[in-house]
Amino acid sequence: MRSEGSPLLLKIAALACVAFLHVPLLLIFLYAFTTEEKSFQFPPPGYTTKWFGVVWERQDIWDAIGLSVKVAAIATFLAVVLGTCAAAAISRAKFFGRDHISLLFILPIALPGIVTGIALRSTFGIMDIPFSTWTIVLGHTTFCMVVVYNNVLARFRRTSGSMIEASMDLGADGFQTFRYVVLPQIASALLAGGMLAFALSFDEVIVTTFTAGQQSTLPIWMLNELIRPRQRPITNVVAIFVIAVTFIPIVAAYYLTREGEHTGGTGK
Amino acid sequence: MSLARSISNSLFKHPNGFLVLLLAPPLLWLGVAYLGSLSVFLFHAFFSIDEFSGFIRYELTLSTFAELFRLSNFDVIVRSLVMATAVTLASVVIAFPFAYFAARYARGKWKALFYILVMLPLWSSYLVKVYAWKLILAKEGIISWLAGELHLTWALDALLAIPVIGGPSLSISFLGTFVVFVYVWLPFMILPTQAALERVPVSFIDASSDLGGTPAQTFRHVIFPLALPGIIAGSIFTFSLTLGDYIIPQIIGNSSYFLGQAVYSLQGTAGNIPLAAAFTVVPIVIMGIYLAIAKRMGAFDAL
Repeated sequence: MRSEGSPLLLKIAALACVAFLHVPLLLIFLYAFTTEEKSFQFPPPGYTTKWFGVVWERQDIWDAIGLSVKVAAIATFLAVVLGTCAAAAISRAKFFGRDHISLLFILPIALPGIVTGIALRSTFGIMDIPFSTWTIVLGHTTFCMVVVYNNVLARFRRTSGSMIEASMDLGADGFQTFRYVVLPQIASALLAGGMLAFALSFDEVIVTTFTAGQQSTLPIWMLNELIRPRQRPITNVVAIFVIAVTFIPIVAAYYLTREGEHTGGTGK
Repeated sequence: MSLARSISNSLFKHPNGFLVLLLAPPLLWLGVAYLGSLSVFLFHAFFSIDEFSGFIRYELTLSTFAELFRLSNFDVIVRSLVMATAVTLASVVIAFPFAYFAARYARGKWKALFYILVMLPLWSSYLVKVYAWKLILAKEGIISWLAGELHLTWALDALLAIPVIGGPSLSISFLGTFVVFVYVWLPFMILPTQAALERVPVSFIDASSDLGGTPAQTFRHVIFPLALPGIIAGSIFTFSLTLGDYIIPQIIGNSSYFLGQAVYSLQGTAGNIPLAAAFTVVPIVIMGIYLAIAKRMGAFDAL
């Protein structure tokens, strides 16, 4: 590392912080192989791979995964459409109330999740809306939209509007301009925002507890296992699965938005 | 094609119509579904619950807000505030050296690595993170084992014997709740702090030491004031997220309530929507004040 001159104490403190952030996640992996299922005994008395087989056989886990994927897919799709519309409007035009509207667009993330959840729950109650996949989707889209909005807005600010005008001047209609000029510019930001939204929805538990009723998404399933543990290593195997599912989109989104910094009609 | 052309032409000629078309769907969603639900729910705080029938009495009153100041309820608010403050301060102390190191000394590949090292725990599953700490803090878990191996069991016992913050084991104590809160929200403090530190010009630091400032003086009078907006921006997250969380204290901690848990149980089993709404107003008001102060100190430019 080219860190000449960095004081030893600072280096140690920084490394301690890295350890603090990552050792707990490593322990999740270790405990997935333990033979002890009643307690969190350390060091584990023995090691086995049988829990992966047990999870494979469990229908309730597959059902929870299925519901989570379905909700995340629909919520991501809606969030991409709505968030892009919002970002396009906010970035392109100046209009009355623009600042207030842009504040509104980040509110679902700025306020604690419990506020969003409880507000939706009480509305479902008042309007007699039964809990369904769609009530979960409604809650998730609300905050997923914000993630897409932020990503796409950042990209719109870096691309110049003159390319759209040039395209129209050269005889393209709006749809062609969108397809051949705007979409290539924002594609990687859309993809990144969409993947983050998917990861966020797949992992969400706070809003979901209010909007799911008796249904069980994967995080809800995990929460129940945390409060009333049965076979503990099973929860670890599921946790590893969740880490893998959220890990890939995050790293991919990171590289997509980085590359995006060098492309797009930003040349002056 | 000519239809598409005429539609797009008319949209191009009427930018306001186009704007409305773009804004309407997200605004309807957030404005009606989200803000609408939120206002209707919060308005319930001005109603009260009939103590005998358990039904909501739909007359405007401030008595539900007054109930917040009843000792048992006020305790919940104070406890949450103290926890949020402690978590924020601890996050600053732990995040700063890391952020400073990553901003000043890490280059190229290492910088990217540091970024990913923070982003990974930030984005990995919230429940998985809490679960990891349940493993660590359990009575038979790794900390007890480590204390035993190092012959420090007496120190751990002494720590747990401290009134209020201690308890029968780390996973059933405020101390445990505190550690998990710090762990889960720490990346939210690191990122803005690091961003602020990246913007401190090296020449300022050189100038300070050229002019005879000791490292401690340079830190106090140059680095820290310039990093402060970033730290405050981070504290918005750590403070707000701790105030609203109700899962962590439910899984790791003793049975006393924090704000989120109070709201959750009031709207659920207790069915006291007005008091739940009044409790929800508390973090919103606190965060409103906090954001106003943060804005004045320039935290929003550091986000």
